[in-house]
Amino acid sequence: MKNGREPVIVGLADAPLEGGRFAKNASVLGHCALVANEALKEAGLSMKDVDGLLTAGMWGVPGPGQLPTVTLGEYLGIMPMFVDGTNIGGSAFEAHVAHAAMALREGYCEVALIVYGSDQKSLRSRTLGGRPSVLSMQHETPYGMLTPVGGYAMAARRHMHEYGTTSEHLAEIAVSTRKWAQLNPAATRQDDLSIDDVMNSMMVSDPLHLLDCCLVTDGAGAIVMTTAERAKDLKTMPVSVKGYGECHSHWAVSEMPDLAHLLPAAKAGKRAMEMAGVTHSDIDVTQIYDSFTITVLLSLEALGFCKPGEGGAFVSGQRTAPGGEFALNTSGGGLSALHPGMFGMFLLIEATRQLRGECGARQVKDAETALVHGTGGTLSSGATVILQKGLQA
Amino acid sequence: MSYDKPLPVIDHDSAPYWDAAREGRLDIPLCDDCGQHHFYPRAVCPHCYSDKLKFDTVSGRGTVHTYTVSSRPPGPAFADDVPYVVALIDLEEGPRMMSRIETDDPEAVRIGSEVEVVFVKATDEVTFPHFKLAK
Repeated sequence: MKNGREPVIVGLADAPLEGGRFAKNASVLGHCALVANEALKEAGLSMKDVDGLLTAGMWGVPGPGQLPTVTLGEYLGIMPMFVDGTNIGGSAFEAHVAHAAMALREGYCEVALIVYGSDQKSLRSRTLGGRPSVLSMQHETPYGMLTPVGGYAMAARRHMHEYGTTSEHLAEIAVSTRKWAQLNPAATRQDDLSIDDVMNSMMVSDPLHLLDCCLVTDGAGAIVMTTAERAKDLKTMPVSVKGYGECHSHWAVSEMPDLAHLLPAAKAGKRAMEMAGVTHSDIDVTQIYDSFTITVLLSLEALGFCKPGEGGAFVSGQRTAPGGEFALNTSGGGLSALHPGMFGMFLLIEATRQLRGECGARQVKDAETALVHGTGGTLSSGATVILQKGLQA
Repeated sequence: MSYDKPLPVIDHDSAPYWDAAREGRLDIPLCDDCGQHHFYPRAVCPHCYSDKLKFDTVSGRGTVHTYTVSSRPPGPAFADDVPYVVALIDLEEGPRMMSRIETDDPEAVRIGSEVEVVFVKATDEVTFPHFKLAK
């Protein structure tokens, strides 16, 4: 039953990068504030309209980043009455969209601001590198697995063992994603890339090569959500949040319930698609977290775009490249556009831009429905969002 | 020689496990209620949520579920070990655990390879259960 409180995305912004670093000088919180202002402004809103604040990050830990919404709210000069600091890894922002949607439907919030920023490239840090050897990690960190890539490598090897998936299949994903990046002026890596280049790149954690891995860049992004009723008075074309789902299974790699199948993605995706009332054939454009090539392949299978074990065939022959049958990761993804630690924010931004028709050379024609799926941790969490152009009936 | 790789921060859940490893045994929790082992050690059984747990000495035999050959160390302390095999081992008793496979030939490791535990002393306090390919 429609009541005008259906959740919609009305604003977005991302920070310009040069060579993977922030083009402007500001602190990580400063970049959060700059993109937040820009996202509000394009909708015709301002910071004083914001009564919901959602963020996740890796900055300021230990220290003020341990309470990230509190620290960010203070920096922004606002006193939000709905907050969510859910951190389930890079998929956190898909979960934030879900939580904001529920708060908006409930009347708990009118304007929700979801923000992310990371200056990991400028700082030359990647905080996941040395996970402290406490609690469950006392049984993993001492063995010297490179994190998080080692866990993804173990999943890739298991998938290869069970289904005959090859390094060439994985390379198809890196190459098709690069082709999309070549159509996105903001993408960090735009040089030509071949399947041989990927397979001949340095082995990082066997069987994953360097070019199976995402970039390490800075980045900041913001999304503004409100209700369908409020959106009628705003300046941007609204994008409706039609369905959502989230799930997580493990942190320690040994606790992953099934190394070759992404159970959180299966659960989150099924719930989101059922809520939205859409099937796979309704999806015009898909944004799937590509921390590593194997992440994409496992997600495609778990989300039901193909059967378990068919992911390799699904991506073969550059089916997911520009001009292919399946429009996937049209910004150039984490593999080639940017990857500031937690990429899920930028999946949402790209999907929304596609539905608004703002994507220039990489625009997917007549895109009306998008599926966004984030993965966080070491294949630990999954969160799916279904978006549709305009105010939906 | 000082040991400069990460050491476990031992807690009340894990102390009996690490004590046993130091004495050359692989002891993991066994649930009195559901009869299942689990790993890593917890205060409540992750299968049936019972707290009637005891440590049980297991066989130390298992198979390789999956593995990666690390060519890039996560820190300088591991640089001398490269290349080395980090694996998930399915213990004969059921649980899965991460460990290292001690081998001069990483190419010889396969998914499904049978392995057995070996104990590698790191410090006076900490001995790690590693695995080697079974003959």
